[in-house]
Amino acid sequence: MEVLVYLVPLALALGFLGLLGFLWSLKSGQYDDLDGAAWRAIADDEPVTDHGVSEWWK
Amino acid sequence: MQAEVDFSHYLKGAGEGLVHLDLAVEGINCAGCMAKIERNLSSIPDVVSARVNLADSRLALEWRPGALDPALFVKRLAELGYKAHPFKRDDAENREAQRAQGLLRRLGVAAFAAMNVMMLSIPVWSGNVSDMLPEQRDFFHWLSALIVLPAAAYAAQPFFASAWSALRARGVNMDVPISIGIVLALAMSVVETISHAEHAYFDAAIMLIAFLLAGRYLDQNMRRRTRTFAGNLAALKAETATKFISFTEIKTVPAAAIRPGDIVLLRPGERCAVDGNVIEGRSEIDQSLITGETLPVSAAPGSAVFAGTLVRSGTLRVRAAAASENTLLAEISRLLDQALQARSRYLRLAERASRLYAPVVHAAAFLTMVGWLAYGATLHDSIVTAIAVLIITCPCALGLAIPAVQTVASGALFGSGVLLNAGDAIERIAEINRVIFDKTGTLTLPELDVANLANLPDNVVEIAGRLALSSRHPVAAAVARAAGATEPLTDIEEEPGQGVRGYHDGQPIRLGRPSFCNAENLANEMLSRDPEASIVAFSHGDATFVFAVRQQMRPDAAEIIANLNRLGIAVESVSGDREPAVRFAAGMLGIHEWRAEVSPVDKIARIEELARGGCKVLMVGGGLNDAPALAAAHASMSPVSATHMSQAVADAVFLGDCLAPVLMAVKVSRKALHLMRQNLWLDVIYNALAVPVAIAGLVTPLIAAAAMSGSSLLVMLNALRARAREAV
Repeated sequence: MEVLVYLVPLALALGFLGLLGFLWSLKSGQYDDLDGAAWRAIADDEPVTDHGVSEWWK
Repeated sequence: MQAEVDFSHYLKGAGEGLVHLDLAVEGINCAGCMAKIERNLSSIPDVVSARVNLADSRLALEWRPGALDPALFVKRLAELGYKAHPFKRDDAENREAQRAQGLLRRLGVAAFAAMNVMMLSIPVWSGNVSDMLPEQRDFFHWLSALIVLPAAAYAAQPFFASAWSALRARGVNMDVPISIGIVLALAMSVVETISHAEHAYFDAAIMLIAFLLAGRYLDQNMRRRTRTFAGNLAALKAETATKFISFTEIKTVPAAAIRPGDIVLLRPGERCAVDGNVIEGRSEIDQSLITGETLPVSAAPGSAVFAGTLVRSGTLRVRAAAASENTLLAEISRLLDQALQARSRYLRLAERASRLYAPVVHAAAFLTMVGWLAYGATLHDSIVTAIAVLIITCPCALGLAIPAVQTVASGALFGSGVLLNAGDAIERIAEINRVIFDKTGTLTLPELDVANLANLPDNVVEIAGRLALSSRHPVAAAVARAAGATEPLTDIEEEPGQGVRGYHDGQPIRLGRPSFCNAENLANEMLSRDPEASIVAFSHGDATFVFAVRQQMRPDAAEIIANLNRLGIAVESVSGDREPAVRFAAGMLGIHEWRAEVSPVDKIARIEELARGGCKVLMVGGGLNDAPALAAAHASMSPVSATHMSQAVADAVFLGDCLAPVLMAVKVSRKALHLMRQNLWLDVIYNALAVPVAIAGLVTPLIAAAAMSGSSLLVMLNALRARAREAV
């Protein structure tokens, strides 16, 4: 049962990290446009106009 | 005649030497639009970022200052097919957005704490029935306290603050029992933990906070969305004013940038964007949106003009005034203040429920303690049982029952074109049993239209419309609009105060006053049939025609009024306009009760007379003269074309040319109120089942947690029914 002494604080620390992540995402405005964000995820990438990338995979 | 818009009012610094501009864009509704706009605008040199907010239909631009003219963005967007206008968030919108974000942050903290405490609580619940060591249980309780106490102290602040301000005003609101419940549950849990007892309620307390915050956040977010949408509408109206920057030089600036004392130029056909006094010039002005009077009046130096006034004939110089300088405005403001004070005495359903609820619950808890003491239990056990009663009755469901329905219903209303201004609007609109419509701009459309278009030959309408394009007179402009004319005729002369003339197919054509076109007989005949119309005559060679230009009825007005009657709601019309005009409109729409030439004071008097007779009145109006009546009525709505003051005072603003949103608002609100009551009853039933268990001292933290989330889910699901099809 002594293992609890490590496991419980560890679990809490992980949870706390998650909370910090949430607060950070909130602060950086990631919840300001939920509709747009949903679409951005599946939008096509910018069409590659520079020769650099498009030639690389040819 | 699209003058240059001055953008300087809207630009702001964005740090690192960048300039920031927000644009409200009409017509963004899919991801395709978003990608198209962003790609196009980011390709402009010097633009650092162009980001569309799809939820708010807005575009944020940042660029390096220098060569770039902000008007280019608007032009590019127009080329892409989007109408855009710069805007600045107003204070109200900023406040709503901040509040929504604050609530979301607190919700995040509370939810984090609730989830982690569950991880500690479930072992304790299962350990209590098996073989958990008391030391382990204490360890888990202390850990829970460590998580929950700071989280609750932060996350529950909105409830504490609201309860405290209610108590200071010697009132009770829903947050008072909530706060008492939270504080007592936490305090008891700490005491129990110190004395190595079995039961602690940290999990229930934090879960309660998280549930309630979720309800509040949804409510707040709906309000923020409405506010944002209203902000976009205001921006897209693009109200500008022509301001004198020196004695002879003029510049077009946004109406919001005009300060009292500035001098503005008003040309024929323009709608005034500010309140002020004429200092030079004479003109006929159409004040129908302000006073309800459809006949034009004349303005001369010294006369007051108001935002919304349409200038018909001459050019005016106007000195913008602070609101209080005008007699009509001062009078309206005074009436408005009185009416608003009276309205703030309205008691919301939630307040009425909590007035009943708080004493009952607190008395039950107190009696439980006394009862157990008398029965011979120790003081400690009696207090613990009493607090358990408070926790189990803690109005989790009660706190959600009303906001959840409200959120869903205001979402449904938003979808059908009704924006709610006031939090309790739904409850008040649901209670009404009589509707008073203002006539001008409410039953009728605010814009002028040709009433007898169907009776005129098509080719006449077409030529007259093209000829009318050469005139700036608003009545002629209405003819051009109704005819759908786009190509002006060439070689047209304007005779000031008379009309326009030219040649078409070798024959002379004229459009203007009846006397100018030799059509006085026809005009008089038309006026005897439709006394309210402004007549525009048209002659083509020897043939003469007349256009009856008037404010048309909203297309569905008669149908909506019939539907309201069918719902058992009496409809009447009270207008500031002349008697024949009101009689005509009422007759056409089937309104049996109407009053004409009613002053703002008399409108209030009529509403009060009805209120004394037990009627709950929904006032629908938009003129400046309606503003006090809108505030005095039990509930009020105004069209989006209404004057600023009326829109600010009304409980709800409706969009579009139809009157259907009024009917929709009544129907949805009634259904919502029904669901709110139902939710309160569900809560009563839940309490009736749970309280005896608590009084008997059988409640464990597990039962408390299950009961609380169960009842919350129940009312949430019931609230969702406000969205169901039959509401529509």
